Amino acid sequence: MDGIAQVQKAAGVPDLEPEAEPIRAVPVRHYGRWIGAVAALLFVALIVRLFALSPNINWGAVRQYLGNGQILKGLQLTIIYTLVSMALGVALGIVVATMRLSVNPVLRALSGVYIWIFRGVPLLVQIIFWFNIAIILPRVGIDIPGTHLGWSVYTSSIVTTSIAAVLALGLNEGAYMAEIVRAGIQVVDYGQTEAGLALGMKRSLLFRMIILPQAMRAIIPPTGNEFIGLLKSTSLVSVIAAQELLTKAQIIYSRNLLIIELLLVASFWYITVTTLLTWGQYYIERYYARGSSNRQLPPTPMQRFRASLRRMYGRDETSEAASQVEAGGAS
Amino acid sequence: MTPMVDAQRVCKRFGKLEVLRGISLQVPKGGVVVVIGPSGSGKSTFLRCLNHLETIDAGRLYVDGMLVGYEQRGDKLHELKDKEVCVQRSKIGMVFQSFNLFPHLTVTENIVAAPTRVKGEKRTEATQHAQELLASVGLADKGAAYPRQLSGGQQQRVAIARALAMRPKLMLFDEPTSALDPELVSEVLDVMKQLAIDGMTMLVVTHEMGFAREVADSVVFIDGGVVVEAGTPGEVLGNPQHERTKSFVSKVL
Repeated sequence: MDGIAQVQKAAGVPDLEPEAEPIRAVPVRHYGRWIGAVAALLFVALIVRLFALSPNINWGAVRQYLGNGQILKGLQLTIIYTLVSMALGVALGIVVATMRLSVNPVLRALSGVYIWIFRGVPLLVQIIFWFNIAIILPRVGIDIPGTHLGWSVYTSSIVTTSIAAVLALGLNEGAYMAEIVRAGIQVVDYGQTEAGLALGMKRSLLFRMIILPQAMRAIIPPTGNEFIGLLKSTSLVSVIAAQELLTKAQIIYSRNLLIIELLLVASFWYITVTTLLTWGQYYIERYYARGSSNRQLPPTPMQRFRASLRRMYGRDETSEAASQVEAGGAS
Repeated sequence: MTPMVDAQRVCKRFGKLEVLRGISLQVPKGGVVVVIGPSGSGKSTFLRCLNHLETIDAGRLYVDGMLVGYEQRGDKLHELKDKEVCVQRSKIGMVFQSFNLFPHLTVTENIVAAPTRVKGEKRTEATQHAQELLASVGLADKGAAYPRQLSGGQQQRVAIARALAMRPKLMLFDEPTSALDPELVSEVLDVMKQLAIDGMTMLVVTHEMGFAREVADSVVFIDGGVVVEAGTPGEVLGNPQHERTKSFVSKVL
């Protein structure tokens, strides 16, 4: 500010009038907006009423089955399938993406074929395929060529329903993740690679320390979507009765015929976990946004909540300012 | 004494485009050589060949008596392994036109990254060294900042400190002030000037003729992939002999 004032003086610009008249205007009334908002709210209220007061939905049963032991076991398995398949998908994705960007033409071609097949075949088909893998591969094991020595087991004893589910979900996810990781890596400016090489870094170190952390900023948001998508895709493995949330709901409603009620119970849990994942994604994105702008990151909802609590309990202005600094510093 | 840089008829093609058509020049140890020339003349490419960011197609390129990127065994040249190329590069510092600082690391992390991870220096020692280097480029208080929080001139000074942290025996500058606002140019040039006074061997591609006159031991004018004229700043800038040098110098001065 001092600098500007000095420049103005030096340039002979007169000082601003100290008491410029503030603007106090009558705002334009937007009646259209009010009408639109009321109409939309009415529509939503109608739909909520339709569900809430429907005599065909037994809300008591919904409440009762929300905490049902079988449902919770199914939810647990759904979360496990999601986590394991995602871990498999991310690991495969990073490996396949680096193969895709490799100078080795064989690796490049193979990774291309992998992505082509696993993105091209519907996930449902892949799930049923893995479930039936024992038909084409009855036994798996190791043979020592030229001898009768060897060891093998029945495929069906290894590829259980759970393993089939995780393989199908994970391999499919790997193909999508590979494309996401590749795009993320290609976003990073080539100057970064040059700078690392010029400092004597090996390609592997350069990738881990310089390229991947920067690629993460472009990788995280679509990966969050993938995670949520994968959570919901686990419901597809109910076709092989993998005992996850939807399978459990189906088993129960096939006995008591409370179809809509149990689907509502399953939906409640899917949406709950999705919400938690969205929340986690927000914080991971914040973490990787370090150094991305010269402004401080905005406070998180939690920090804002705490700040407003502090305001409510009437702390003085100085502690408020201190808490703002603390909020910025904690990021 | 073997020169720090010895380029013997270095040639480089990109497809059909011949960028370098037999560049020969030497930089003695402790010397400062400024390379000037119109854009597209191959100056930057030549600099990038020196630490093997580009491979050369013909000629020989020696840094401190060692072939860059190859090894002579008998009458055959063998490509160096990646690891050996990394060792060669780690002894040559490079400063880029666009700074290329690592945006996700703080200034100090930028500087200690290579010494700790490439040379295996202890973190405490590397951090200590980084602090000294930051002080020497006038940024002692910026260690915890991220690159984007700095001005262009500050970023380029950090980039110089980052290159120096590897204790290089040769520093390459690829148009280090071309991306800077005019009022920030001098702060970077001052750091480079001090570096030259301290005895660093430097090869500088620049359009800053004032710097060339004041600091360079010799000036090399490159055009069309060949050295057109070389000599002291007084000779090349003050009294150019070739037509092309004359017309270039008259435009930039």
